[in-house]
This record gives sequence, C-alpha cells and structure tokens, in this order.
Amino acid sequence: MTTAGGGVRARARILARHRAPGGTFLPVLESDGPLALRRTRAGGDEARVVLVGAMSGPLGGDRFEVEAEADTGARLRVQSAAATLALPGQSKSEARYDVRVRVADRAELCWLPEPLISVRGSDLRVRTDVDVAPGGRLVLREEQVLGRAGEEPGRLVSRLTVRTGGLCVLDQEVACGPGAPGGWDGPAVLAGHRAVGQVVVVRPEFGERPVAAGRIGDLCVVMPLAGPAALVSAVAADGLRLRRLLDEGLAAIG
Amino acid sequence: MSRAALLVLADGRFPAGGHAHSGGAEEAVKAGRITGAADLEDFCRGRLHTAGLVAASLAAAAALGVPARELDAAADARTPSPALRAAARKLGRQLTRAARATWPSDELDALAREFPKGAHQPVVLGLAARAAGLGAEDAAHCAAYESVSGAATATVRLLSLDPFAATGVLARLAPEVDLVADAAVEAAGRVRGEGCGALPAAGAPVLEIGAEVHAGWAVRLFAS
Amino acid sequence: MHLDHPHASSTALSADARRPDGRRRALRIGLGGPVGSGKTATVAALCRVLRDELSLAVVTNDIYTREDAEFLLREAVLPPERISAVETGACPHTAIRDDISANLEAVEDLEDEVGPLDLVLVESGGDNLTATFSKGLVDAQIFVIDVAGGDDIPRKGGPGVTTADLLVVNKTDLAPYVGSDLGRMAADAKAQRDGLPVVFQSLRSERGVTDVADWVRARLAAWTA
Repeated sequence: MTTAGGGVRARARILARHRAPGGTFLPVLESDGPLALRRTRAGGDEARVVLVGAMSGPLGGDRFEVEAEADTGARLRVQSAAATLALPGQSKSEARYDVRVRVADRAELCWLPEPLISVRGSDLRVRTDVDVAPGGRLVLREEQVLGRAGEEPGRLVSRLTVRTGGLCVLDQEVACGPGAPGGWDGPAVLAGHRAVGQVVVVRPEFGERPVAAGRIGDLCVVMPLAGPAALVSAVAADGLRLRRLLDEGLAAIG
Repeated sequence: MSRAALLVLADGRFPAGGHAHSGGAEEAVKAGRITGAADLEDFCRGRLHTAGLVAASLAAAAALGVPARELDAAADARTPSPALRAAARKLGRQLTRAARATWPSDELDALAREFPKGAHQPVVLGLAARAAGLGAEDAAHCAAYESVSGAATATVRLLSLDPFAATGVLARLAPEVDLVADAAVEAAGRVRGEGCGALPAAGAPVLEIGAEVHAGWAVRLFAS
Repeated sequence: MHLDHPHASSTALSADARRPDGRRRALRIGLGGPVGSGKTATVAALCRVLRDELSLAVVTNDIYTREDAEFLLREAVLPPERISAVETGACPHTAIRDDISANLEAVEDLEDEVGPLDLVLVESGGDNLTATFSKGLVDAQIFVIDVAGGDDIPRKGGPGVTTADLLVVNKTDLAPYVGSDLGRMAADAKAQRDGLPVVFQSLRSERGVTDVADWVRARLAAWTA
C-alpha cells in the first residue's frame, strides 16, 4: 500500500491452483492495506476467499486493484464480508477500482461480492476485466446501489468486459449520478430504480446449447450472449430486491 | 463529398426498414414509462447517450475503414439482449440492400456476401456513408440522430402524441446529438491503435430488459 | 434484370427476375384492400386450390404482428414454414410500397428455405383505398374490396381500384342484405379501370375462388414463358 497524490494505492492478489487429488490451494493470497483477504473453510475441492477490508473505501483519489486468477483445473470462490462503500474523499479526483479476473482451462471461478454502494458526493470509476479460457467456467455478479437509504448517489461509472477464448462476449458500462450523461435516471436507462446489477455465467457448453431467453418479473431477464455465456440483468428499487431477482435468474439458468 | 448525400442517408424515408421499429418506445409506453413529451425527451436523452453513442462510434469506425467483422463482434458484445441483436441485424440487412441500390460499391457488395443475414445496422450505416462519399462525422451524426428519431416517430403513433411536440424534443436534443457524434468520432479514431475496446460501451439496462419483454409479447405494433 | 450489373452478388436488390444463382425467382402477387374485405380468406382459398399444382408460399403484413399469419396457420392451408409474417410498425402500406426491404427479405428467405417456389402471395395488412404495392416488390397485384363496404367504392376509385391488375369484388352473396347494387359496381369499375379485369366472387358459393385462381395461373404461365 502506498499513499500518494491524495489517495491510497492498494493491490490485492489471489492465485488458485489445482492440486491432485481433488483440491485447490492458494499459492498467492496477498492483502494490501484496506484490501484484506481471508481464506475461509473450503467447500469440497473449491478454495474460498473473503475480501474483508474495503468497507471504508474507496475514497476520492484512491486506486484499488484486485486480481483473481484460477489456474488450470482450480476452483475458486471470492466473496466479500460486507458492501463496498464508495465515499467522498479529501481529493477532488475520482477514485478507481480495478478488478481483473482470469479463469484458465477447466478452472471455475465464482466472483460474488456484496453490492457497491455509491454514497452521495463520491466519484468512483470501476473497471472489471474478465478473461475466461475456452474450457473455463465463471459466475460473476456485480450489484450497484445508488445511495444509502433515501440518499442521492455519487457519480459512478462501472464497465464490465468479459472475454471467452480471447473474444469479447460482453462489454457494458453503466454511468449514473451527478455528472453522468443525461437521461441516466430516465425511462431508457434506470427508470428511477436505485439498484442495478448483473450476473454473467460462462460455461463451455453454452457455445453449443445457449440458455433460453427468459423473463423474471417485470425488470429482470435472462439472456444468452453472443458466445458461450449468459447474462442475468436487472434493475430494482433497492439492493435486497435486486439480489432476489438476480438469484432467481441464476437459478433459472440452472 | 456531397452534403446532400447526408440528407439522403439520414432521411426518415430512406427505405431501410426503420419504420417498423420503435427503439424500445412501444414497451416503455405500455409499461407507463413514457406518457407524454417530457418522458419522451428523457427516454430519448438516455437512449442517445447509451445506445446512440455506441451506434455512432460503430458507424464512425466503419466509415473510417475498420473491418466490419471486428465492429460487428464489438456490437454483439455491447448488445446483451438477443432480441436487440436480432433487430440490429435485420435492420442492417435491410440497410445493406437499400444502400447497395442507392450507392453501388464493392465494399457494400463484400459486406452483403460476408453477412447474408445482416451485420449490425450501425456498422452497415458507416459503410453506407463511406459508399456515399461521406465521412466518419456524417456517419456518427446519422447514427446518433437515428437513435432518437425512430423512438420519437413511434411515440407519435403509439400515444397519438402531438407531432410538433415530438419534433420539438428532437430539436432540443440536437446539441447533445452533436456532442455524442463528436465523442463517437474521437473514440472511433482510436480503434486502429487500441482495438475495439476503445469504442464506448454505454449500456441502458432498462432498454435491454424491455427489449426482451417486448419480444415476448404475442401482439405488438412494432418489431422492436 | 441486372445480370450484367457490375455489383450483382449474393443477394438480389429488388425486382430482379432471377435469383443470384441464375434461376428464375418465383412470381410475386400482392393482395391489398380495405380491412375486412376478405384478403386473408382469398389467400387461404387460393392456397387450397393451388397448393397441389404449385410450390407456393405466403408473406403477410399485419398491423398487429402475426394475426393474419396465425389465421392461415390455424386453417392449415400451407405448412408453417411456407408462411412468413412481416412486422410493419403500425403502417402496413409503408411496408408494401414506400419501404419494401422487410418484405423482399421475407420473400428471399422463403425461396432460400423452402424453395424453389413458383408463386409467392404477399398479403397487405388491411388499409385504405390508396394502398398499393411497389413494383419493386410484386409483379402483379390484386385489390380486394367487398360489397358490404359500400357499392360506391368502385366509383370513388383510388389507386387500388383503378390500377390493380385484378379487382376482386368479394362477398357478392351479401349484396341483397346490405343493399348493394352489383350491376352499378360492375359499371363503375369498368369505367374506372380502362379495360383491366374485374372478378365478382363469393367464397361461399360453389365457384369460390376459381376465377381468381385462373387469373393467377394465367399470370404464372406468362411469367414462366
């Protein structure tokens, strides 16, 4: 961790590797400053990591990076202990949160953090970059909640890019809050909803047999992407309702 | 370059199938998210800065000569809704036909051979602009404007909205259309160096979700 | 015909008489006319009469998505893969006249998927008296009106009544009940149409769609000659 230019720089890393017979170990588990990683009880041959620290940040000017990689045949699940709050900081510049996820052949990675809450006055740019090898499997959830209860949100820009076998199957950016391009809260983009989220599922078999498109309630759908991947996309009044929709969508994929 | 060629390409009567699509307005009207001119303006503004920006950048990049295959894949990745991907290809195929008849060009012929069932419409639009002797700025303006004009026209039919009110919405959005087109051209100019990741990826979750809901209706007036 | 066109390639542009592989494409006949005049019933009757002697397919243009296509499917006049519905965005006349691209694609897809075809019937959504088909879409068009819509329609004229290759006055069996004067309709139509043919038909009569089917056969003979 370093502090420079009015913000904190922190970089955490996880590497999961397969170990015969039937296990995954973590040769790299690097915490850094506010980004604290804890290994928890494994579930079967799956290694589990919880991100416990990011509660107090990122603040304006901070730069956080998290890297998670599942090597060939490894199974890794990453969760977080609590929601991440994007907060206003001393620095006027935006905060950045970069997530890089790599999934190798025959590996499986579940990236299931708690929501990101954009607090009034904050300014955060999130970049989530995911690479899945042709035989790899992924479940990745991201949820954004605009403001704490009854509060106006800060400015939040979040871009998610997913590649499978080197080909981009999903590239989506959501921008909201003060200073975001016009219409973000209007009937085409969020329509007044305060929670928006998605779950990407990558499985090699989706290349041959894509999931069927389906609808979960009024504002949540399951969609086959143009590649071996599917997306659950939803907007909701709050984080709790959003989670219910996304869980239901994920269950529909099976 | 002929400025009038831009008018031909941007004309709402250019026979490329746009009249059968509402840009999500039909679903938004039924869901009660568009009830009048004020909602229509909000809807169009959101559409312009998301789907419109992406379409304009794809069109600009195609006009600059970035290979259609790469741009079409980039469009797929930026369109999670399979209903919207299908609509974009359908419109792209119709535009390919109209553009080939209007401005015969080897590039458009090659596009028709490579994508017999259609490439994403904005990619075709960029190549049509190129065939018409127009540039990336023209292609981007055309795509950005189309991203709002179709929804406005459809809403006039769906809500019997005063057509003067709908046209007023488009006129008020014009300065933002210019800004979006400029941003799109700037991004398109970086594709050669940085790849298609340089293109904007602005998404509109409610548009994508609504498109899937609309595709499931048994009875509807518009194709999308 | 643009076989020597420098840009001819994988897909035909519009009215070319030959497909990209050089084979002659199917004859395309449009059926238009006001709402409720019996276009879909006429298409269904034509399919029943012609399906055993010709390879044929139907494209419908509906105001509401697929209503007419659904009717034809329910009536089982053709296998489902031979019926295609074009969505028209609340403007069926636009899809058959001003912007025909979606219809051309529907026709071409049918030829690709179930062809070779001899005949494609393109049915318009019910519209007004001015709705006619583009020559870029169809080779000939039939305009269907009915006696219950008012016996002054032929006199009023309009592009459909005056220029269609065949005018069909449908539901003649209803004439006594609605007070329509068939003789007057025939005289008005003759005056308006400058020698173009007119058929009076009742699909409930024994003769049914025979006259229209004969007219279609004659057009097809001329097309393939």
